[in-house]
Amino acid sequence: MLRIKMPSILVLLITLLLSNTAYSTPSDAKVAGFAGADYWQVVKQGSEGRTQDKGSESGQLINVAGEEWRHWRNQWITPAGIFAIGGTLAILAIFYLLVGQKKLEQPRSGQLIERWKRLDRANHWTVAVLFIILAISGLSLLYGKFVLKNLLGNSMWADYMLLCKLAHNYLGPLFVLGLLFMILRWIKHNMFNRTDLIWFLKGGGIIGNAHPSAGYMNGGEKLWFWLLTIVGLIVCISGLVMDFQNFGQLRETMQISNLLHAAGSLLLIAASFGHIYIGTLGTEGALEGMKTGYVDETWAKQHHDLWYEEVTKKSHKDQ
Amino acid sequence: MARMKFLCDSKRCIECNGCVTACKNENEVEWGVNRRRVVTINDGEPGETSISVACMHCSDAPCMAVCPTDCFYQTDDGIVLHNKDLCIGCGYCLYACPFGAPQFPSDAAFGERGKMDKCTFCAGGPEEDNSPEEKAKYGANRIAEGKLPMCAEMCSTKALLAGDANEVSDIFRERVIYRGHNDGAWSMSEEDLAYDATQQKA
Repeated sequence: MLRIKMPSILVLLITLLLSNTAYSTPSDAKVAGFAGADYWQVVKQGSEGRTQDKGSESGQLINVAGEEWRHWRNQWITPAGIFAIGGTLAILAIFYLLVGQKKLEQPRSGQLIERWKRLDRANHWTVAVLFIILAISGLSLLYGKFVLKNLLGNSMWADYMLLCKLAHNYLGPLFVLGLLFMILRWIKHNMFNRTDLIWFLKGGGIIGNAHPSAGYMNGGEKLWFWLLTIVGLIVCISGLVMDFQNFGQLRETMQISNLLHAAGSLLLIAASFGHIYIGTLGTEGALEGMKTGYVDETWAKQHHDLWYEEVTKKSHKDQ
Repeated sequence: MARMKFLCDSKRCIECNGCVTACKNENEVEWGVNRRRVVTINDGEPGETSISVACMHCSDAPCMAVCPTDCFYQTDDGIVLHNKDLCIGCGYCLYACPFGAPQFPSDAAFGERGKMDKCTFCAGGPEEDNSPEEKAKYGANRIAEGKLPMCAEMCSTKALLAGDANEVSDIFRERVIYRGHNDGAWSMSEEDLAYDATQQKA
């Protein structure tokens, strides 16, 4: 015992005598390797170690990115979505009460003009129905637990949420296909021009009796088209990233995708209320076009005068 | 009431993976799912350190905060458990968890992950204690029997400690004091928490 102890006491004494600095900063390589502050800093930065576990990212002890994701999702996107959707609904309700429906100013002529082909309408309604299903299931995934859980009770709640998830994950890719088809088919109608600038400057004639000119699509419709194209594609791509996690995306990729997906789709849902309002309650005769494919001459003249002229000129030529 | 915690003493862990094996055996965890894993940093280099990690049963658990179906709950002992009947396998708990604790039995297209599985602190689930249903879904419920998690109980070097946070930190504090640190390991100075007098060189 003494034999072992004597040298170590000597070492200790020599250490104390010779190196005051070594005693106060014991952070040389040997110590830093142990689980001290430096070590945890490296671990917190997500450095990977070796493990027998074959799971994805299992070599990482700590991944702090999830906390950031939680913060953005729960503290910002969740309340912002309520404001966006609630605010849009409130504005539309107030607008309807104050201004009311945009009526046809002339009596219907009874003369019908073809506006949407069968394929256009099939495409529109497919995308629309999928959009609504995805919106309801998506909103349930984000907000359901605050409202529905207590209303439904555990077992119905579980079934409903599973249905939402399955609908979202399996119908989502179909929506992507429908939207892509729609973008390709309608992009030629939706290039902005000078007419649209004037249309926007006159506020689209939404209030009052101004009648800004419009071609086949007016400025507002084009805006909705490009919103669906740009934000819609972001939502589609980020959705696919999360839906096909089997390709081995890392958590951080899916966290960012989730934020883009949630923010983008909440924006689209809020905007879609505007689209639905204008297409149904807000404008007399607007729904007919997408329902039957034909609109009344009077409606065409009032809302899409340049298109109306184009169509009539063409039909005169044909005769 | 106790506040249950895990603590892995990184200076004692020898990466034997006994805790992983004990956990898998005790809870009959599915193939491909590991509720606990051992990670070695600086493997094969001086200063190699191993740590056993599983669900840390956070007080403010991120998984709980983001779960769309609200399937998580915390017991009076602070153990974070979940109800597999409510789990839809969306994977959000995995996005949120800093420790990579939530595990999924499947990894198929269209987000088909199956129901999430994670460390229960050997405390089972919402079913009746030690019922066959509970056993099948969540594994053992040792807490109901007054026992601690199997991983810690089986740890050969007693690196992995489990139990009431006060008890666990008392044990760890005592160890650190015996290791010779100046201020009982709770220093905020630059000095290393794991300072070891016996390892110092002149």
